[in-house]
Amino acid sequence: MTTTVTHLETSVAIDVSGLRKQYGDVRAVDGLDLQIPYGGIVALLGPNGAGKTTTVEILEGHRPRTAGQVRVLGEDPQRAGRRWRAQIGIVSQEATDARDLTVREVVAHFAAYYPNPRPVAQTLELVGLAEHGKRRVRLLSGGQRRRLDVAIGIVGRPRLLFLDEPTTGFDPQARRQFWDLIRTLAADGTTILLTTHYLQEAEALADRVVVIAAGRVVADGPPATLGGAGRDLATVAWLEGGVRRETRTATPVPVVAELAARFGGDVPGLTITRPTLEDIYLRLIGEGHE
Amino acid sequence: MNEPTPGALPGPLALGLRRAAVELKGFFREKDTVLFTFSLPIVIMVILASVFTQVIPDTGGITVSQLFVGGMIAGGIASTSFITLGAGIASDREDGTLRRLRGAPLPPVSYFLGKVVLVLVASLAELAIVLAVGVVAFDLTLPTEPGRWWTLAWVFVLGVTACSLAGIALSSLARSARSASALSTLALIVLMFASGVYFVPVSALPEPLITLGSLFPLKWMAQGTRSVFLPDTLTQLEVAGAWEHGRIALVLGAWCIGGLILCLTTFRWRGRREA
Repeated sequence: MTTTVTHLETSVAIDVSGLRKQYGDVRAVDGLDLQIPYGGIVALLGPNGAGKTTTVEILEGHRPRTAGQVRVLGEDPQRAGRRWRAQIGIVSQEATDARDLTVREVVAHFAAYYPNPRPVAQTLELVGLAEHGKRRVRLLSGGQRRRLDVAIGIVGRPRLLFLDEPTTGFDPQARRQFWDLIRTLAADGTTILLTTHYLQEAEALADRVVVIAAGRVVADGPPATLGGAGRDLATVAWLEGGVRRETRTATPVPVVAELAARFGGDVPGLTITRPTLEDIYLRLIGEGHE
Repeated sequence: MNEPTPGALPGPLALGLRRAAVELKGFFREKDTVLFTFSLPIVIMVILASVFTQVIPDTGGITVSQLFVGGMIAGGIASTSFITLGAGIASDREDGTLRRLRGAPLPPVSYFLGKVVLVLVASLAELAIVLAVGVVAFDLTLPTEPGRWWTLAWVFVLGVTACSLAGIALSSLARSARSASALSTLALIVLMFASGVYFVPVSALPEPLITLGSLFPLKWMAQGTRSVFLPDTLTQLEVAGAWEHGRIALVLGAWCIGGLILCLTTFRWRGRREA
């Protein structure tokens, strides 16, 4: 068993090529390629029905694929055994299980599944539930419940952690605390694949953003450069004779200097904007749909 | 952190016992369910056995209440095993338990081992309660011959196994936890009548009902428990005029095998809605 794992060990945590998943006539995933090296946080973005969840479920070993090559931690998730499972952590959406147990009981129970678990007290501390260890799970708030899900996901010290829309329903403060937790885990060496609807979250957390639309990867890169050259063009706008004028340019400063010279000082209604990740994202998934 | 995790994985048996511990905690902390599961057969037994108290002729003073209690012992253990698993697994599927376990390094056999222990503990507790109520309130006498206790033991084991497997199969057929709970309760109540548990003696039931009841384990379990707690003069009230131990073992054994096959072919880790 150990020799097999070592033998199949590769330099990338996730290696997918030509992945396809078909439900009847519908191609949920349609020729997806993705390589994710060890370490760091990768965000998977995409509209509902883009094949995001299906892809993640295939990577987790929860769903068989129709075609393509998939290697996660060097193994095929469809055939991988318990030793492989012990090295991945999954935080899914909408779990309401174990309601009658206490927080500590649940985490201690799942810790027992793993060969080398994180101590329960340390895990609770890490997710910020240390004070709620004796609380019944059914009494937790939505945010606390998600933290418990993360605690269960990381108690086995996974090398790869799947987070499926972890902060849905969080208030802004809880979301920021949660981000800190994810950063702590990543700093510890855990590779994290994050699925999210929140562009702000992807931008704040991820080293790399992968956009999926219509079952394929339509963009892939660091959040700041996503969308390629178009991202660098700034829009300079001003008012001239009561009419809004604008120009798109890669070098806004000379444009503004020229305007300042023309107006002899202050430029009325001057704004310089760059496309937000959201603008880029909407453009990308728009293309994917065509 | 980038090296494969060292250390050995815990064994399936050890994990099964851990599952059993959380199953038992979860079950006994859910007060309403516990109350319903345990009390339904007992409440009905108390009502029926209190209403029909006359002595049955030619039996040496056995009352109708004792006849009720004899069969209700089977009704109790059928109820705990069938409903606990039928509703319990459907709710595990719905609330994300099964999904989470599938994503964890837990062998499926450990999950089922946990359920087996839960059902055994719940059914033994139910058996003890029904016996206690029977002895205290309805002149039930505990047998002294070891042979009768042996009969109780194998009827219990085969009966609980058959009902558990039937419950697991039903949980896969139901669309949701709610419908699994309703379906299993309904099925059980119908079978309680058709098997001569809520209606005694079983031989007085109309022919079609006897036929229906005979197809399912409960009729045979009740016949088995009556044979343990009632004198042999009562065989006159059985459908075949005998306790038919051989046939009881055969039918229950067939249900165990058939139920296992049914479970293996129908069991789903996911809910229907997320397929």
